Amino acid sequence: MAATTSDAGTRRDFIYVASASIGAVGAAALAWPFIDQMNPTTAALALASTEVDLAAVQPGQQIIVKWRGHPLFVRRRTPAEIAASKAVDVASLPDPLANNNALPDSAPATDANRAVKPEWLILIGVCTHLGCTPTVSTPAIPEGEYGGWLCHCHGSMYDTAGRIRKGPAPRNLEVPPYTFLSDTRVKVG
Amino acid sequence: MSGPSTYNPKSGIERWLDQRLPLPRLMHDTMATFPTPRNLNIWYTFGGILTFCLGVQIITGVVLAMHYVANAGLAFDSVEAIMRDVNYGWLMRYMHANGASMFFLAVYIHMFRGLYYGSYKAPRELIWIIGVLIYLLMMATAFFGYVLPWGQMSFWGATVITNLFSAIPVIGTHIATWLWGDFAVGDATLNRFFSLHYLLPFIIAGVVGLHIWALHVPGNNNPLGIDVKSPQDTVPFHPYYTVKDAFYLVLFVILFAAFVFFSPDFFGNPDNYQPANPLVTPPDIVPEWYLLPFYAMLRSIPNKLLGVIVMGGAIVTLVFIPWLDTSRVRSCRFRPLMKQFFWAFAVCCVLLGYCGSQGVDAARFGIPLVWVARIASLYYFAFFWLIMPIIGLIETPKKLPASIAQSVFGDNAATPAE
Repeated sequence: MAATTSDAGTRRDFIYVASASIGAVGAAALAWPFIDQMNPTTAALALASTEVDLAAVQPGQQIIVKWRGHPLFVRRRTPAEIAASKAVDVASLPDPLANNNALPDSAPATDANRAVKPEWLILIGVCTHLGCTPTVSTPAIPEGEYGGWLCHCHGSMYDTAGRIRKGPAPRNLEVPPYTFLSDTRVKVG
Repeated sequence: MSGPSTYNPKSGIERWLDQRLPLPRLMHDTMATFPTPRNLNIWYTFGGILTFCLGVQIITGVVLAMHYVANAGLAFDSVEAIMRDVNYGWLMRYMHANGASMFFLAVYIHMFRGLYYGSYKAPRELIWIIGVLIYLLMMATAFFGYVLPWGQMSFWGATVITNLFSAIPVIGTHIATWLWGDFAVGDATLNRFFSLHYLLPFIIAGVVGLHIWALHVPGNNNPLGIDVKSPQDTVPFHPYYTVKDAFYLVLFVILFAAFVFFSPDFFGNPDNYQPANPLVTPPDIVPEWYLLPFYAMLRSIPNKLLGVIVMGGAIVTLVFIPWLDTSRVRSCRFRPLMKQFFWAFAVCCVLLGYCGSQGVDAARFGIPLVWVARIASLYYFAFFWLIMPIIGLIETPKKLPASIAQSVFGDNAATPAE
């Protein structure tokens, strides 16, 4: 008793602070389930892979397949398109990194790092600006200034290796993980 | 202005209620006898019109929710079923869709009114800030609602807007994934947007209550921007302003009905009558007209993060207006310089809206619109952060009238006939 009267309320203050702290920790702990419930469910997390048949794709053509909810560009490049891509100085690019899932983050955005087989360019068709699907450029109907893609939403232009060249997009189009099962079949994911 | 209550319960049941839950007293004091400046003009009727708009959206929305299915596979067809099969479903949906545009039309007039007459200045700062909050909630609600029909514009609008958050360094993509509930906009996204679209209007209703509460402490501002000095400056809210508000509400509803019945898709985008396709972006993505000025700002900045910051900053700026305006005079009627900059600002907002509605590489008279948007964006920010504080200090305002009554009745205002 002597201790509490000499320093009034010390014990009571301690109980107040302790119970308020425990209450705050409890409220924070309970908040997490309410936040985390909005993240992807286990079903959405289950990784899906897609096999793409390449036999029908002609040089200069692009097909779009759906992969993990996103459009996937599979483009068979012409020799001219490959040469145009290889001629680019990587250091001069807005994003000099390969952005390839199969390579380390620091890999440079050379043509070889963007396409395992130069003829086949496989990219996630999601503009790195705000997520639209860019439109492919062909010699007959050019889209953008670099022969690759133009995103009509906000004007981002990509070259024939899917690298950002002009516009608001910050990064090169992402290269998904993929393996060639044969000359005409590729497995993505 | 909210002086002592003048409520006088007449019947026994009113006296009984008054001692237990004085709701009739509250209604009487805030809506019947509330002293209101006698010189309010047409631009002051939009508060009532906005309350009406919120009511229309909630009532038609509750009805639509009875027939709508929040599922990515079924949503589009359920909206078509509302349009074709549900009795008067077409009317409910067209009222709701056009009601959103009418709501924003009214809120923009209401906001420009406040800006012109200095209604944000002390002691009404909080009314203005709560208003900005309502505006933000309205934009969120409208965005969620636009996604629900699950057409092409719904889907890609949702993709672009949620991707704005991916501009945030480090945690941006995690936030986007968290918003989607998946790795792209999909069924999970649609469901949560429906849940929030149903919730937010009721939150807005609550915040509107705060807005009106805060308004009833200092009372209305008025076109002269001077304080109420005597009872002669005011008239009771009822019948003077209930009738005035009702008259202009009728005119507003005529405009509303003209769109609903004669041009119901005027504000809509034909692309949204195509079901959502995650593999094909429509060639021209355009947001609803009321978001176009901000969209133009976003597009005019060639850097992702900076564009998002500028767009967000345009709205956040509004919160600081009460302190950015250094003038001692509220109303632009007595501010010859500010008046000109105000109208230039209004033109600049319309110009931004126009730029946002055009293609990314459009040009008019040889001038690329992206540059028009850049200059207009610059003026938007300069207006608030430079012009407003500086003009307030250097401008010589015109002479203010002695009182509201004097400006209404002339100099023999001492004994107005009433």
